[in-house]
Amino acid sequence: MDKFTTLTGIAAPMPLVNIDTDMIIPKQFLKTIQRSGLGKNLFDEMRYTLDGKEIPDFVLNQPAYRKAEIIVAGDNFGCGSSREHAPWALLDFGIRCVIATSFADIFYNNCFKNGILPVVLPQEAIDHLMDDARKGANARMTVDLESQTVTASDGKSFAFEVDAFKKHCLMNGLDDIGLTLEKAASIDSYEAKAATLRPWA
Amino acid sequence: MAPRTLYDKIWDDHVVHQAEDGTCLLYIDRHLVHEVTSPQAFEGLRMTGRKVRAPEKTIAVPDHNVPTTVDRANAATMTEDSRIQVAALDKNAKDFGINYYPVSDVRQGIVHIVGPEQGWTLPGMTVVCGDSHTATHGAFGSLAHGIGTSEVEHVLATQTLIQRKGKNMKVEITGSLRPGVTAKDITLSVIGATGTAGGTGYVIEYCGQAIRELSMEGRMTVCNMAIEGGARAGLIAPDEKTFAYCMGRPHAPKGAKWEAALAYWKTLYTDEGAHFDKVITIKGEDIAPVVTWGTSPEDVLPITGVVPSPSDFTGGKVEAAQRSLDYMGLTPGQKLTDIAIDTVFIGSCTNGRIEDLRAAAAILKGKKIKVKRAMVVPGSGLVRAQAEEEGLAQIFIDAGFEWRLAGCSMCLAMNPDQLAPGERCAATSNRNFEGRQGRGGRTHLVSPGMAAAAAITGHLTDVRDMMGETV
Ligand code: SF4
Repeated sequence: MDKFTTLTGIAAPMPLVNIDTDMIIPKQFLKTIQRSGLGKNLFDEMRYTLDGKEIPDFVLNQPAYRKAEIIVAGDNFGCGSSREHAPWALLDFGIRCVIATSFADIFYNNCFKNGILPVVLPQEAIDHLMDDARKGANARMTVDLESQTVTASDGKSFAFEVDAFKKHCLMNGLDDIGLTLEKAASIDSYEAKAATLRPWA
Repeated sequence: MAPRTLYDKIWDDHVVHQAEDGTCLLYIDRHLVHEVTSPQAFEGLRMTGRKVRAPEKTIAVPDHNVPTTVDRANAATMTEDSRIQVAALDKNAKDFGINYYPVSDVRQGIVHIVGPEQGWTLPGMTVVCGDSHTATHGAFGSLAHGIGTSEVEHVLATQTLIQRKGKNMKVEITGSLRPGVTAKDITLSVIGATGTAGGTGYVIEYCGQAIRELSMEGRMTVCNMAIEGGARAGLIAPDEKTFAYCMGRPHAPKGAKWEAALAYWKTLYTDEGAHFDKVITIKGEDIAPVVTWGTSPEDVLPITGVVPSPSDFTGGKVEAAQRSLDYMGLTPGQKLTDIAIDTVFIGSCTNGRIEDLRAAAAILKGKKIKVKRAMVVPGSGLVRAQAEEEGLAQIFIDAGFEWRLAGCSMCLAMNPDQLAPGERCAATSNRNFEGRQGRGGRTHLVSPGMAAAAAITGHLTDVRDMMGETV
């Protein structure tokens, strides 16, 4: 998993509430064998017409936001199905941070497992950042995980909360597997003990 | 030591590490893998240069996507993306050196049928799979549950899972079942009583005389649907039947190891006085052959009943019932036995074992089907072979059933076997969700005997009427 320390990038404004995982990545794309490659189908039904043409109005199709790395959105981002394909699709497109007033639980956790920082901020902060994001490609936003702040292009800064342990993992690029592997010695000794107690297993 | 439940004992024997906040690293004895939820996990290993920690404890088999028609060796029977998913599993199994049963192997089948059949699943083990019906393996007194793709990767890389312990629930089925009533009716009746969220946060131990009297096949059917009740896992304490089932299986221990295993397995029961957080008791005599009328597995009624009205319910269930009735195309007050059936599906990890096929064949013998389409999909190539040897296959074929190869088939609409919109199916599988068997398809969950009875009459039927039993 990639580390997340600070990120300065273009933020795409998505002033919608309840952006669900079906919208993020519709079910017909779950037959894939990869985690990567889902970016082209991110927000597929909002982004393309039925015959596969880009819908010019959709924010990520606009020239200013094609390289967005941050999404600013409304309440309850990531609700619905628990599919891990949703954070995979965001990451594959290049999104490393989503800023919203609230997130669905499973999606929130899945983000941390995939190197994406979900930032929860109050409505006033979201309003300010949404306006900032609307300024397009010249308005870069900075997300600093160490100091737990988001700074708009006008210099206005907002502090956010994050679980200390999750922060530690994300800043050091530690996934669950990485952490468990730090306990490899315990696993080794468990296996050695089990081999005598339950040799058939 | 304080008295412990069966779940407590298995849990305690698998804790590798416990953090201060109670989070545990749990050792996994068997990891079952199929083609749909594993590709990204293997890709993750490649990207990080990690290996499968215990390839000898990892078993893979393709089942969800594979066609079950006899011409499936012909690649054209599969869609491109399904073919790629199966090919990826072929490659991953080879690259990472794990145990594998490819489509061409007679032992191939539904992952939850293959595991026990090959002796991979044994009492007292922890078993996981990227599939919610992993609960099936609990029938052996093993702690078995479904996991997500990140967790699949975690188990592949570390042979452990990060878990917090669940609560203990006891579901006791007292007395004996009446004739025509099966394990499927038990498990559906329990869900009908507890609701689909009744088991959330719990591991269920099924016990009582009626459970003891079930065969291993029947116990697997019961545990299989623990997940439909919301439980993390279902368990049944192992006994002589369990040991007899395991003995001689290809991957079961032999000789001195068998004796050692047996001695350990005999300690796997809930101690007298152990604490359960929730207890449910159902009288075996009270259970009737049941059928689902709606789009949730908790929408269960005895076959002698009538379609309910939304006004029979309260709260949020009123709206849900209306939505179910609309989707299912049913009218309140209609007798369940008046519901005409288009298609019959016998198979799945719930009811695709030899005993299930025997039960259906017993009803079908010498009869012809009235439904438009009926198929039997054995749970594994070995179940299929045994059914052919016992003459069951011929009974199905003579009755007008399609005799298929092993796979998940019409249990879920991910392979070519699907219902058309509005098509109504009596199915021995486990989920009657909207669209589960195909967009717009209507599913009634039943036991194999009930499915066979519906196939003959063309409508939902009380199997006891076909057995000369009076209600
Ligand atoms: S038979 Fe159905 S429930 Fe069982 S593993 Fe296959 S798809 Fe899942």
